[in-house]
Amino acid sequence: MSSEPLDLSRESNDVGNTVDKAAKWIFFSCALVTVLTTVAIILVLVDGAIDFFSEVSLVEYLTGTEWNPRDSADPSFGVLPLVWGTMVITVGSALIAIPVGTLTAIYLSEYADERIRSALKPTLEVLAGIPTIVYGFFALSFITPIIQLFYPDVGVFNALSGAIVVGIMIIPMVSSISEDAMSSVPDSLRNAAYGLGATKFEVSTQVVLPASLSGILAAYILAISRAIGETMAVTLAVGMLPQITMSPFAEMQTMTAYMVEIGTGDASVGSIGYMSLFALGLTLFLMTFTMNLGSMWIRSRYREEYQ
Amino acid sequence: MTANGPQTVASSESSGSATDAAMTDDAPLGSPRVDDAVIESRDLDVYYGDDQALHGINMDIPERKVTALIGPSGCGKSTFLRSINRMNDLIDIARVDGDLYFHGKDVYDDDVDPVALRRKIGMVFQKPNPFPKSIFDNVAYGLRVQGKDDGDVEKKVRTALERAALLDEVEDQLDSSGLDLSGGQQQRLCIARAIAPDPEVILMDEPASALDPVATSKIEDLVEELAEEYTVVIVTHNMQQAARISDKTAVFLTGGHLVEFDDTGKIFENPESDRVEDYITGKFG
Repeated sequence: MSSEPLDLSRESNDVGNTVDKAAKWIFFSCALVTVLTTVAIILVLVDGAIDFFSEVSLVEYLTGTEWNPRDSADPSFGVLPLVWGTMVITVGSALIAIPVGTLTAIYLSEYADERIRSALKPTLEVLAGIPTIVYGFFALSFITPIIQLFYPDVGVFNALSGAIVVGIMIIPMVSSISEDAMSSVPDSLRNAAYGLGATKFEVSTQVVLPASLSGILAAYILAISRAIGETMAVTLAVGMLPQITMSPFAEMQTMTAYMVEIGTGDASVGSIGYMSLFALGLTLFLMTFTMNLGSMWIRSRYREEYQ
Repeated sequence: MTANGPQTVASSESSGSATDAAMTDDAPLGSPRVDDAVIESRDLDVYYGDDQALHGINMDIPERKVTALIGPSGCGKSTFLRSINRMNDLIDIARVDGDLYFHGKDVYDDDVDPVALRRKIGMVFQKPNPFPKSIFDNVAYGLRVQGKDDGDVEKKVRTALERAALLDEVEDQLDSSGLDLSGGQQQRLCIARAIAPDPEVILMDEPASALDPVATSKIEDLVEELAEEYTVVIVTHNMQQAARISDKTAVFLTGGHLVEFDDTGKIFENPESDRVEDYITGKFG
């Protein structure tokens, strides 16, 4: 045994204790940066929005059907056309991404053998890494011309092209998170169903899908909030004409696209157009925040417990 | 060979090859042939990738009896069980050579659908694995996938629960989740689920290994009762359990070899193989 006398005092481990304490504070301050930034963003949005709503009534903002902040004689600030543009893109892209993404996830998790999965998954993740502005160009230079082959009257900017490209953009999100949820369903459940004479399709749809429902729904919601907040692709593809129309071929404008338009120098600081950015920013924040809360609720509500 | 060595028995419904195939050098000690065989394994090899998990298994499994497969860990007893209803097909790297006859039909023939096979040969797993569904839906699941839900599903579900000795305990909570039950109840639920579609054979892979002694003894009683109507093949590493509940015992020893197969009494009282005797008496394994 050691010949040194036994020393269990705190002083004997001074250096270790100091490092330990310092490390705790460094880690904490890093975590604090994120929290403070979030708080600061909310404060800035609320502060600017208060200025905006001192000039424009909340009722006009929420119910008005015309958005025309640049008419200096008679500007109008009805947010509905912008919300409409955003909703058309969101719903349209979800109609594409949810079925394609879910079926892709089932294929990857239940059908694909290891070789195919290891090739396909990274490819999908590359799709998620492409800058969104590139998707915008892809919509303008590839998707819109294809639409024009079938409907020659369609303009360069149209909602359909934007919805398709955003849908493609969020497929990896749906498929990747859903696949993770399905893969985490224990094999014992699959074996139980196979042992009863279930086919692969029955195992996938009746056992794996319901058991991973919470993760799959969470994937949908995350993908939808991504579509709501998507900016560059829709600015390029959908256009800059805020209007409420049922035609998917019409040019529209989303909330985010308007913010790009104003935020890139069109409005002077302090003008009503500038202040409208904060109102729109706050509206978008509340929309995606609600979606994320919904996702958390679904996760906790529908989570299945396994041993 | 002793008096109860391999018998030459022709089972009439057999379509030929099973009974014609002569036992090879891999024939185990004891009496690997039985009169009323439902399942006949002939020179069955199973490989996982380059590893051979089973070497030329030759044995018969009699109808409406309990056949126990015993042996130390890694001896291939579970692999053999899973090759009977082709659950090994689900493992990408598993490969099977040789023949396994079910009523004289080689289940590894190209024209055999493993899904159809598993509808005749049900399975109960080592760990209770109820679906995250209600107790009722758990038992009804097999009926539904097998298209046997046209008649009185409720009656069939209750009968299955009754046979699995679980009905009394869950009668008032058929709509609550199967996951809310205790481990022993879950395992009986899984047995009810396996017998609800009325298979011919029930394979059990150490069904009591995750359970406490009381739950275990309930499962053991149940297994003996099930053998009145079903052919039961049960893997266990508990020799007392095999001795208590089985009619026939197959002893697998390390490396995937079937060493001896005979009446359970004979195996436990007077085995031919010294290695089996050592294993039974706890000298190794």
